[in-house]
Amino acid sequence: MTAPLLRLDDVRATLRLKGGEQTLLDGVSLEIGEGEALGLVGESGSGKSLTTRAITRMLGPEFAVTGEIEFGGASVLGMNAAKLRRYRSQDVGMIFQDPRAHVNPVHRVGDFLTEALVQNRGVDRREAERRAVVLLDEVGVRNPEHRLRQYPHELSGGLLQRVMIASVLLTEPRLILADEPTTALDVTAQSDVMAILDEQRRARGLALLFITHDLELAAACCDRLAVMYAGEIVEQGAHVYDAPSHPYTVELLGARPSIDERADRLPVLRYNRETHELMKAEA
Amino acid sequence: MTTPSTTSLAVARVTRERRRAGVVTATRDRLGVLGCTAAAVLLVIVVAALFAPIVAPYDPDFPDLLAALSGPSPAHLLGTDALGRDILSRLIWGARITLAGPGLVILIATVVGVLLALLAAWRGGRTDTVITWLLDVLFAVPGIVFGLIAVAIWGPGLGTVVAGLSIAYIPYVARVVRGAALRERNMPYVSAAWLQGQSGTGITFTQVLPNVQPIVVAQAVSSLGFAVIDLAAVSFLGLGVQPPTADLGLMVKSGFDSMLRGHPIEAIAAGTLIVVIVWCVTVIGDRLTSSARSLR
Amino acid sequence: MTDRTEPIVVARGLRKVFPGRAKDEPIVAVDEVSFELHPDECLAIVGESGSGKTTVARMLVGLETLTGGELTVRGESRAGGVKRLADRRRWAREVQYVFQDPYSSLNGRQRVGDIVETSVVLHANRSGRRGSARTAALEILESVGLGEQFASKYPHQLSGGQRQRVAIARALAADPAVIVLDEAVAALDVSIQAQILNLLADIRAEREISYLFISHDLAVVNQISDRMIVMEHGIVVDSGETADLLANPVHPYTRSLRAAVPRPGWRPVRRDRLAS
Repeated sequence: MTAPLLRLDDVRATLRLKGGEQTLLDGVSLEIGEGEALGLVGESGSGKSLTTRAITRMLGPEFAVTGEIEFGGASVLGMNAAKLRRYRSQDVGMIFQDPRAHVNPVHRVGDFLTEALVQNRGVDRREAERRAVVLLDEVGVRNPEHRLRQYPHELSGGLLQRVMIASVLLTEPRLILADEPTTALDVTAQSDVMAILDEQRRARGLALLFITHDLELAAACCDRLAVMYAGEIVEQGAHVYDAPSHPYTVELLGARPSIDERADRLPVLRYNRETHELMKAEA
Repeated sequence: MTTPSTTSLAVARVTRERRRAGVVTATRDRLGVLGCTAAAVLLVIVVAALFAPIVAPYDPDFPDLLAALSGPSPAHLLGTDALGRDILSRLIWGARITLAGPGLVILIATVVGVLLALLAAWRGGRTDTVITWLLDVLFAVPGIVFGLIAVAIWGPGLGTVVAGLSIAYIPYVARVVRGAALRERNMPYVSAAWLQGQSGTGITFTQVLPNVQPIVVAQAVSSLGFAVIDLAAVSFLGLGVQPPTADLGLMVKSGFDSMLRGHPIEAIAAGTLIVVIVWCVTVIGDRLTSSARSLR
Repeated sequence: MTDRTEPIVVARGLRKVFPGRAKDEPIVAVDEVSFELHPDECLAIVGESGSGKTTVARMLVGLETLTGGELTVRGESRAGGVKRLADRRRWAREVQYVFQDPYSSLNGRQRVGDIVETSVVLHANRSGRRGSARTAALEILESVGLGEQFASKYPHQLSGGQRQRVAIARALAADPAVIVLDEAVAALDVSIQAQILNLLADIRAEREISYLFISHDLAVVNQISDRMIVMEHGIVVDSGETADLLANPVHPYTRSLRAAVPRPGWRPVRRDRLAS
């Protein structure tokens, strides 16, 4: 078996403030192979977004991070500034929940898309625009030449998220980190965006780390799932959705109302911090 | 359904928990090291001024003409002025008025300013337009001019100047508070209170005011520094506090004459004390402003 | 639901036009929307962003005025908007509102007990002494699953789910006939969402109350509502009993909404290229 593209081994992140400290990531271990999609699922406060920030080393100085994070065999925590910049801008592409917060509102869509290519790769401006047009077309943006001249506020949320996907694909990364990319979108737009992300990723053989609170959505778009609770991965594998074995996953799956049938009463999660600690002690 | 980042919530929570830990820690968190230093210095000055009758070594108005313009000595630590009065004692007594005058100005301006701001924010429409216009007009006139106008009408004196400056300082508080109150007014919790059938006055005082209170305090303290300077300037011009009352602005003026005769201590000491007071107040005001912003 | 009872809320041809900014065209947010809400019924208004569903809800409580149409609550017209304090108080006892975001809909400087007590004092009959208003507030908090110890807490000391319980308690304190729930569980985690949905069902089991449930989430709507109307671009495109509509969606928009909901065996589907 070849070495995984991304490997996290016993990653811990502790928030240190004057008032005390809080361990927010508690021994996270996971692997993503070349071209593989992993869904990282958890509720708010479970540490899933923090994990992506740890992977890109975007945790501020108030965090103490230990453990091993390897990308393509190189230690991310040991990278110097130049290597880290290359890693963030070329190896990993990021898609966020709120695309509007991650584009400069006074720059045209075209500038946003070509900026990285022109500045980091020394690609000619014309060539960069040509590539952008091709990609926008591939992610289903109609009339891409016109879009390049528009400003972000002229685009709907779903369309802007497609532009974000295009911008990530333009830099030809090996891994896409998508942090709740569809949470702010309507269901129909969500279906679109996930379909596009899935299809483009497969076509290019890119690995994907998909962060979401939605187990069903993750199951539909990923090869494997990892379920987080209180800064830990409680269960991971390809079986998680169809045959969950951890009580938290089982209960989480049961608590979601179904569109097909109406429950008399929704089962309420009994799993809490206490049971979590108990289970840890037993294991 | 954008959810706030849980990490930032965790940070905010830890900060808030600490804030409740006690007055001392709370103050340290909001003011920082520099702000705490400023607060400590200001506290010493305020306490000394409050207890002037006990702290001051001499009667500030007692002239010892034989000892006039003597330099620092064990008897008179900062020497004496042209009339032989103890400069240190006059500084301590002078700080009283130099703090009390602007304090009164800001108190009046804050009360009136906050009421106007809340009224404008709640009523909106024409009320808001009129109040905003009024505030803009007041804001365009330098504070000291109001002091001078008041003097022209009612004659020199501390009360007159305080009255004039109080009007001048209304917009300093009101403009900022109106902006903050408008933001709060559009928050769902205010809509919720409105839908509950709470009265406009009730919403303004139980919902909006408590939420803009940190901004009110910050803005009041920040303005205090300017008021100290304005009031001292009016006194220096001889239009505010009248001799022989000890006042820092007046001391700079009388010390100015002594300085020309080779005795600079009075002017320098009084001037320095004004600068120190203003510095302290400004630093504290700045810190309060940024912590009020970060609470939002 | 059958028509055996008089409807509480009757909306006929609701219309709302927002003036466009500067030279933009005015925006028709809601057009020709009609529905009835009966006692002890949960009616869901389903739609995506920009469908006008929230505007309808806001018109019902007077947060927005009507551009056209007729809106009555227990036969009394609300088309003119709410201006006088006495009207607002009286109408608050008919219709209450729970906002989506439990963080900004509670005053952070008021203790939980005071938030609910304020509502009790405003709406209980005025003979009650202050002490009894407190007792009533504590009882209502208890009924939404928040024990006495919560009364002295500030909102920021509570979780999102607990805050939403406080918002529900505040609404219940007015003893209304209708509660408008505007995406009231959308911002909550799945585990909390289930608790709140159960709570809402419990409340309906205990007292006669109607919900106008605004949501984009068909699974949640399926769980809680009796009837639903589907809105798209300000107009009603589909309506009927929730179970029927979701089991056999006929209208293409309802079908596409339903098809987009992730569920076992589901795959995301890419629609045609997007023009807007």
